[in-house]
Amino acid sequence: MTLLKLNSINLNINGKSILKDISLEVRKGEIVAITGESGSGKSMTALSVMQLLPIGSVQNGSIFLEDTNLISLTESELCRIRGNEISMIFQEPMTALNPLKTIGNQIAETVKLHKAASHSDTIEIVKSTMRRVEMPPEKFPLYLYPHQLSGGQRQRVVIAMAIISNPKLLIADEPTTALDVTTQSQILTLLKGLVTDLDMGMIMITHDLAVVHNMADKISVMNQGKIVERGSTSTIFRTMKHPYTKMLFNASNHKVDLPKAINKEPLLEVSNLSRDYILPKTKIFERPKIFRAVDKVSFTLHKGERLGLVGESGCGKSTLTRALLGLEEIQEGKIKISGQLVLKNDVDSFASKKRMQVVFQDPFGSFNPRHKVSRLISEPLYLEKKNITNDELNNLLETTLISVGLNRDDKEKYIHEFSGGQRQRIAIARALIVKPDIIIFDEAVSALDVSVRAQILDLIAELCRSLDLTYIFISHDLSVVRTITDKVMVMENGKIIEYGNTEKILTNPAHEYTVKLIEAAPSMPSFS
Amino acid sequence: MLRYSFKRLISLIISLVIASFVIFFVIEIAPGDPASFMLGINAQPETLAALKEELGLNIPKHERYVSWVTGMLTGDFGTSYTYRTPVNQMIADRMWVSVPLAIYALLISTLLAFPVGIVAATNRGKTGDVAIMGATQLGIAVPNFWFAMIMVLIFSINLRWFSAGGFPGWDTGFFLSIKSLTLPAFSLALPQAAILSRVMRSSLLDVLNEDYIRTARAKGLNKRQSLWRHALRNALIPVLTIIGLQFAFLMAGSIIIEQVFFLPGLGRLVFQAISQRDLIVVESVVMILVFSVIMVNFIVDLSYAAVDPRLRSRV
Repeated sequence: MTLLKLNSINLNINGKSILKDISLEVRKGEIVAITGESGSGKSMTALSVMQLLPIGSVQNGSIFLEDTNLISLTESELCRIRGNEISMIFQEPMTALNPLKTIGNQIAETVKLHKAASHSDTIEIVKSTMRRVEMPPEKFPLYLYPHQLSGGQRQRVVIAMAIISNPKLLIADEPTTALDVTTQSQILTLLKGLVTDLDMGMIMITHDLAVVHNMADKISVMNQGKIVERGSTSTIFRTMKHPYTKMLFNASNHKVDLPKAINKEPLLEVSNLSRDYILPKTKIFERPKIFRAVDKVSFTLHKGERLGLVGESGCGKSTLTRALLGLEEIQEGKIKISGQLVLKNDVDSFASKKRMQVVFQDPFGSFNPRHKVSRLISEPLYLEKKNITNDELNNLLETTLISVGLNRDDKEKYIHEFSGGQRQRIAIARALIVKPDIIIFDEAVSALDVSVRAQILDLIAELCRSLDLTYIFISHDLSVVRTITDKVMVMENGKIIEYGNTEKILTNPAHEYTVKLIEAAPSMPSFS
Repeated sequence: MLRYSFKRLISLIISLVIASFVIFFVIEIAPGDPASFMLGINAQPETLAALKEELGLNIPKHERYVSWVTGMLTGDFGTSYTYRTPVNQMIADRMWVSVPLAIYALLISTLLAFPVGIVAATNRGKTGDVAIMGATQLGIAVPNFWFAMIMVLIFSINLRWFSAGGFPGWDTGFFLSIKSLTLPAFSLALPQAAILSRVMRSSLLDVLNEDYIRTARAKGLNKRQSLWRHALRNALIPVLTIIGLQFAFLMAGSIIIEQVFFLPGLGRLVFQAISQRDLIVVESVVMILVFSVIMVNFIVDLSYAAVDPRLRSRV
């Protein structure tokens, strides 16, 4: 039975056409995925079903929830439908909850708004809903505040808020994008179970084709405000026709051609590295407790080697990275580059530090928006205190820009003039310009669309061929690590629990934690 | 919450101790000794010696500091040199004007700024917002004594609702006293309200863009409900900071307004004491002002914790 029907929706925001002729149908108990890259209009489609569009939106067409046309309703009629018949889950669980109200209060608010229940009944409904999302109130009392919960637990609270009134339709906008793979798989299983149990319809918005493949009954692929292809999940992966769908699929499965690593001299040697954090005291007169974020980590990176570092958030990946870069004090252990000790607070440390460069996840946030690209890229050079003429500098800038696939004219531009992928190229150029021995890619492709991600991965492989790069690649995405590294380290609770050849470890993991990680990662169908 | 309050209390005490040190020794290291400074260059040697004796300048500095502090703790601030009356009595009289005036002004400015800021934020970019922003711009730019004069002109001279100045004293009755503080409170409050409503507006606009407001709307709350239930308390934190700063300003910075309305407040007392070089009074009043500012900051810190659970659990 048709639950939701969108008939040729057109949406303009401030005169700009955002959605073009969108038609969509969702039945009871069915999961319909909308997929596409950023800016394709998938979130706007969701918001137009909610009728929560930004100011300046003009919309036509019709959106029928059973027999009601949502577009023709008044604001107060819509308020009775939102949260009651249609609910929505958002991407960022960390910010989706009001930090000043208890979770019990926030979950109960939906009930108080839509149902005539007494206070004690409301509490009972809240408690049973919490059990349903696997947050038993015995363990997670209602008086907790959001900051006392982890990301996955917060997302469960958001889901509880959304399903508490037994809505007919649930819209999930990238519900697991901000979560770890293991948490992601738990949340996806939970959502799938809820759809079946409550016989809801669900619209699932995601850029991740692997998630789509594991979750959805039907798929609509969106590009530039249009649905370019649709069909059932089982057939569309086999019979996709539209070039955009094919491109998305291939980019998600992108394999790079990495040259064989040949050099074998040790470049970076880390032995027994530990980093302790002093925890805040809970009583006034007690010795402070210590949290060991990195626990006696030892590994050797050879020249020309590409090393992956994987693990869940909080496992110590970032702390280890910062310690390597000299941005964290270390309590124990040694870091050597080419046999030379990287000492802390030592004059020599800078010389060896400059041999390591880093590329961060957020290509926009890691640049000063008021500097031109030429300054952004050449800044590391000034730290070298080497005397180079303006001509030499210009030459170096231009060759570096060209090596990362940009134009020589781009050096006169500002960072906001570039797309996400180009910004990440600039970040790579900034790392390359001092000719470092080691580059650290810290989730460097995680924020990018699949097609852009594929291009950046190709660029890295290309640079491996031309410059014989040595790098450490930190990522939560195992499929990326698989194609872009030769060796991999798996980290859990500050310890390296598995280390070795990437392909070998990812096909034949020895440690149960690695097995868990691999199983949790959503998989793409393997036919071509 | 208890631990947090305790920590804030410790930092309050430390601030007070440091402030007393600074005040005491700044006056000590001022060129010449306090006695000759107070009497000026034409002083007779005998008067000077007598004053030194009276001020206790013959006793070592650290002993004098201790007796100054313990004196203040027991309510003994010494005797004013110019007026020959106990300083604590002078200060107490003035406090009964200045503190109520500051609270009155703060109440007015808050009561004005909250609704104005909310209206501006919810009508962002529309006529109401533009008008309010223009008016607050004016309120910030125009000095408060100008408001004072205009209000005297309208409400005292033309309409004859309020007297143009003076303070009858609380023993003449609550209503009469409050009435005589009304025009000064309003002239102090208007520029403050202008600043506060701008802070309220921008803070609220930030919060209204937060994800949890979208969540609230998706739950089925209408705009007004999500504003009252989710946005307002979150927007309050920067506003509280400004309110704390404004109270400190209102306590000490109302000299001009006190002058315009002939009010016997702390500001005027300090002003007179400085021009008469009555260091004992200056020292004491400054310490009292510092104390009240630090107390207000303490209260602001506590109210942060009352608003934000994250502060309560963070130790």
